[in-house]
Amino acid sequence: MRHIDRQLDAPYLMRHKRTIRWLVGFLLLLHLAALLAGFLAPYSPTAQNREFPYAAPTRIHFVDASGHFHLRPFVYGMEQSSGDRQIYTADSANVHSLRFLVRGEGYSLAGWWKSNLHLFGVDAPGKVFLLGTDAYGRDQFSRLWFGSQISLVTPLVATVISLGMGVTLGAMAGFWGGWVDEVIMRIAELFLAIPWLYLLFAVRAALPLSISPVGAFLLLVTLIGTVGWARPARLIRSVVLTTRQQDFVLSARAAGASSGSILRQHILPQTWGVVVTQAAILIPQYLLAEVTLSFLGIGVPEPTPSWGNMAGSVQQYSILTSYWWMLAPVMVIIPVMYVYDRLAAALHEPVKSSA
Amino acid sequence: MAYLVRRLLHTLFLLMGVSMLSFLFLQLAPGDYVSEMLLNPQVSPQTIAAMRTQYGLDRPLPVRYFDWVKAVAHGDLGYSFAYNLPVASLLGARARNTLFLTISAAVLAWLLALPLGVLAAEQRGGWYDWVLGMGTSTLLSTPDLLLPLVLLIFAVRSGRFPVGGMTSLDYSDLSAAGKLHDLVSHAALPVIALALTTLPVLVRHVRASVLDAMATPSLLTARAYGIRKNGILLRHTLRLAANPIITLGGLSIATLLSSSLLVEVIMSWPGLGPMLLEAILGRDFYVVIGAVMFSTVLLTLGNLTADALLYVVDPRTRVRP
Repeated sequence: MRHIDRQLDAPYLMRHKRTIRWLVGFLLLLHLAALLAGFLAPYSPTAQNREFPYAAPTRIHFVDASGHFHLRPFVYGMEQSSGDRQIYTADSANVHSLRFLVRGEGYSLAGWWKSNLHLFGVDAPGKVFLLGTDAYGRDQFSRLWFGSQISLVTPLVATVISLGMGVTLGAMAGFWGGWVDEVIMRIAELFLAIPWLYLLFAVRAALPLSISPVGAFLLLVTLIGTVGWARPARLIRSVVLTTRQQDFVLSARAAGASSGSILRQHILPQTWGVVVTQAAILIPQYLLAEVTLSFLGIGVPEPTPSWGNMAGSVQQYSILTSYWWMLAPVMVIIPVMYVYDRLAAALHEPVKSSA
Repeated sequence: MAYLVRRLLHTLFLLMGVSMLSFLFLQLAPGDYVSEMLLNPQVSPQTIAAMRTQYGLDRPLPVRYFDWVKAVAHGDLGYSFAYNLPVASLLGARARNTLFLTISAAVLAWLLALPLGVLAAEQRGGWYDWVLGMGTSTLLSTPDLLLPLVLLIFAVRSGRFPVGGMTSLDYSDLSAAGKLHDLVSHAALPVIALALTTLPVLVRHVRASVLDAMATPSLLTARAYGIRKNGILLRHTLRLAANPIITLGGLSIATLLSSSLLVEVIMSWPGLGPMLLEAILGRDFYVVIGAVMFSTVLLTLGNLTADALLYVVDPRTRVRP
């Protein structure tokens, strides 16, 4: 009892609001960064450097070989050492300065703003690979940013689809009841009776295997979004059911309001809390869904980068154990998941304690 | 009793629905295994037409569904084109391995989660609770992919554990003790990886359920009567908290099965995961349907068992409102 009272006092709610604001702020920044991928990435995601496969992350230096300190950071050129593993040695005679806001490969922002300005880059012919390169010598750091466009946007759109279906079907079931309710809820039960990943795989099995990147994106979004409608629909239905019985709805009906306007003006606003909390739960889950499918080779196809297909190469033991930076695409998921987890917890808490 | 019968009937209907749904989905799919063979210039169109007739692919959908149901009732789950084996025999061995993995992981996860969660609830707000909270948050934020990968790196680097598979090549030559040791050392890492993926959810849930139980008036009364703290915890709190914990036990089967797919693929465990992936890539639909049906049966069985357990443990569930 005691802890419930403490949670609802004013300072707690203030702190609580601030937490939510910080978490949402972080997510907004992250998505903005994904939008600016072309600017943040020094190279194009498909640019290959066949002479540097599996290069380790480039070291940024401030002190040169003779011990002098430079204010402007620099990198050394790379030389391939002999031997069958990809080991490169830094050539300390070959210095390339790191510069900010440089002109480089062209890109387009969100498909309409063309530019070739990059946040940073090194003087030609030097190369800077902050997170190393993959089998084709593609810069992992650049690919991570471009990959985030797919890996962050897919779960967002899929969540909109899931919640859209969930709210529509859940509200219909709860509001009209009767056979509509029966049919919708029985179908929801079917969807919930299959373990989630099995369901995802089964539906994926029914869809074409080799498709264009855009097609793959649309397919994944619809697939992941459609498969997950049942749980939100159930929750929305129960909210609608309880709201429908409440006095303000009854009086609206007595005052002669039509079903449609009651649903729109009085009932749906009550579901908002559930919708927001569900979004915070579904988005990270869907992020993992895209990553998992692409990781296994049944999601976004190469050469378009996504965090999942970038990590896919570590399914070979030799790559997994030799080149740790190939795990970077999986590592970046951790902070994103953590923020969503905190957000879901923060959104859920006051609802729970005031209930 | 009537309750259990009703639940069983309900489950049966559910399985029917799932089978119809998955059958429909996969039949609507463009292309099947046979049409994939069209790409092979060595196979003549006549052979393909003959194969379509032989496997009944040219008959209308409802007929094929009822044929399939009839066959399933006789224990025949269809035929895997890629493996050239009946699906039932293919699925049987794979399902056994998946079951072995998931059950071991479930046991391990629950053995860890119960004491960890109860202790965290008991020491609510203390440093132990805080550390455990951080730990579960971190584990929860770790994608399911990463744990098996990290354990694989560990296996390769340390050289202590065999990498991939379920048994060594010379398994059949080993003594009984040797066989057991071989199996355990192969299974250890996949089981740990799988247990760790579900552990954070279980710990959080156990902690929350125990906390809720501790806040009930009956426990306040017990404490007011001066019953020792540990006595309350074990005798009364756990019994009260049993309901949500057992319910989650049934539900956790679903997440375990899903995570197991991934762990199996990454750690080359010869379970349903790698087979399902190959079946998707090879358009081997009866295998897909078989695997999905198996997982559904397992999940509903888990929920049924949980309900039956609740019926035994929690007298409140026996009262019909």
